[in-house]
Amino acid sequence: MGKAINIIKSRAVPIAIENIDTDQIIPARFLKATTREGFGKNLFRDWRYENDDEQKPKPGFPLNDPKYSGKILIAGENFGCGSSREHAAWAIKDYGFDVVVSSFFADIFKNNALNNFLLPVLVSDAFLRQLFKAVEEDPETLIEVSLEDQYIKIVATGARESFDINHYKKTCLLNGYDDIDYLLNMKEEIEAYEKNHALSYRS
Amino acid sequence: MSKTLFDKIWDRHVVKTIEGGPSVFYIDRHFIHEVTSPQAFKGLQNRGLPVFRPKQVVATADHNVPTINQHLPIREELSRRQVEQLKKNCADFGIELYGLGHPFQGIVHVIGPELGITQPGMTIVCGDSHTSTHGAFGTIGFGIGTSEVEMVLATQCLMQSKPKLMRINVEGSLNKGVVSKDIILHIISLISASGATGYAVEYAGSTIRNLSMEARMTICNMSIEMGARCGMIAPDETTFNYIKGRTFAPRGSDWDKAVEDWKTLYSDEDAVFDSELNVRAEDIEPMITYGTNPGMGVGITGHIPALNDIEEKDRPSFEKSLHYMGLTPGEEMKGKKVDYVFIGSCTNSRIEDLRMVASFVKGKKKAADIEVWVVPGSSQVEKQAIKEGLNQVFEEAGFMLRQSGCSACLGMNEDKIPAGKYCISTSNRNFEGRQGPGARTMLASPLTAAAAAITGIVTDVRELI
Repeated sequence: MGKAINIIKSRAVPIAIENIDTDQIIPARFLKATTREGFGKNLFRDWRYENDDEQKPKPGFPLNDPKYSGKILIAGENFGCGSSREHAAWAIKDYGFDVVVSSFFADIFKNNALNNFLLPVLVSDAFLRQLFKAVEEDPETLIEVSLEDQYIKIVATGARESFDINHYKKTCLLNGYDDIDYLLNMKEEIEAYEKNHALSYRS
Repeated sequence: MSKTLFDKIWDRHVVKTIEGGPSVFYIDRHFIHEVTSPQAFKGLQNRGLPVFRPKQVVATADHNVPTINQHLPIREELSRRQVEQLKKNCADFGIELYGLGHPFQGIVHVIGPELGITQPGMTIVCGDSHTSTHGAFGTIGFGIGTSEVEMVLATQCLMQSKPKLMRINVEGSLNKGVVSKDIILHIISLISASGATGYAVEYAGSTIRNLSMEARMTICNMSIEMGARCGMIAPDETTFNYIKGRTFAPRGSDWDKAVEDWKTLYSDEDAVFDSELNVRAEDIEPMITYGTNPGMGVGITGHIPALNDIEEKDRPSFEKSLHYMGLTPGEEMKGKKVDYVFIGSCTNSRIEDLRMVASFVKGKKKAADIEVWVVPGSSQVEKQAIKEGLNQVFEEAGFMLRQSGCSACLGMNEDKIPAGKYCISTSNRNFEGRQGPGARTMLASPLTAAAAAITGIVTDVRELI
């Protein structure tokens, strides 16, 4: 069961790098847990710490920069490519983000994010550059995201862009439903499908 | 109305379409492994649900397993616990497990086809992005997250939106020393690591038709590396001959019915794709990657792009990548020192890959200061390699033949590349830290990897054959 989301108004953390793959978001050696909790502390582990040492944070990395904080992560295009590990979405959510903004998301990551009430907001290249600029120039910049009205806005300037999300997913996120609830209610139709589509050569 | 191969399989599997939303999509086969399944089983337990169709699920342990001394307990505690958890979950929920010690154990995308579980026309998912591999048989195969693993375990269905369709036609004869891995690395270098995001890709054309099933699997395997939802190839006689007689293949009159059905699985002549790409086989050289995503590749005689060749907005990421790799814009790849060679992974660990490497290295010796691992994709591949005497060829060359698993592809088990070292790898990802923190990966074909093993440097294999 997830936590419903709608309007998020917050400062943002900018990571202006393209093609951030899920191995960077959460390296494979941290995938050995058998629960969903606690991945946030290893979010971007190898970009955050020198030699895997928590005592040695890399000063240039935005998560280590005290001037940045908030519930919104802004990242370069093709965010979440590579491995299908849902641990990447868990790590981002567990760290405290509710929204990821990029100009392009990898497919599997996008689904994983939606299944964890982490909202992927797809913006144009130009708007993404505007967001980076605003937050880098003034880290206290507030960003407002409304799922209901499907827009993202820089509060101070009013610059805004609308984003797409399919109606079904939007309803799920606003109400805290997940796909599995929906599918479980379809049992009879699924069984009927199986009867009609049984292939004689496949036992 | 004319249909693509994808449409034909998609249409057969739609249980229901939600207006303005995704479809309820039926899954024929579900593979699971130890890393992405425990939280899904936990979810079922929390909801008090059984596995809906346990006979359509097959499990193996591959990501965490050591590739030497597999008869001993796994030394790393967390890995051991994860593998034990899989065993317990499979026993509790009635799922067949091909775990360590089972003759069918191996990398999930190697054993499915090898056992004849993967068959044309199926929909196949696994909590693993390289599930696209199974598309080589004319299936819709794609990777999913753990929440989706839970959905499939609970209902055998997923909520899916239909992707756009892309066809990539490869025509002509391959140059000497060029194999299927080079075809796919070439394609990804053309369209980038995100060039097929949102698409299902069908590979077609004479070059593809002439490939073996193993070679086709290598291509479909890496579809995800350009962002594709899945990659697929229409089944043909090569496909049928590969499947026939395998453990779970249809038999007798069922076989005839199956082949009759499978023969209908192709894109109609006038089927329309949202996007098409034409590639000439003659243009493809043995490939090597220089950067930290699979799109950053060049022909072996090529150079790393100069800074001026890169669009200004892309330069910071490009420079970050080369800095990580310890390489300079504009320089040649040939002659770069190599410390490790890894021949394995779900991309290139099948018996044909091992045969290709053995036939090239026979009578040669590895360079003095290089470590070479050959890791079979399944216990059956290992057994077959030994039966054919390939182990002796490897031993004489100084290559180490290990036991089956994902191994050095992903830095999750004991097989890791040390920080700062260069590894030519036949796997699928050259991401930062993929083979271990600080490891530097160059992706290549088994032949190019083997050539580097002999010379100790990045080498054009064509000079040695």
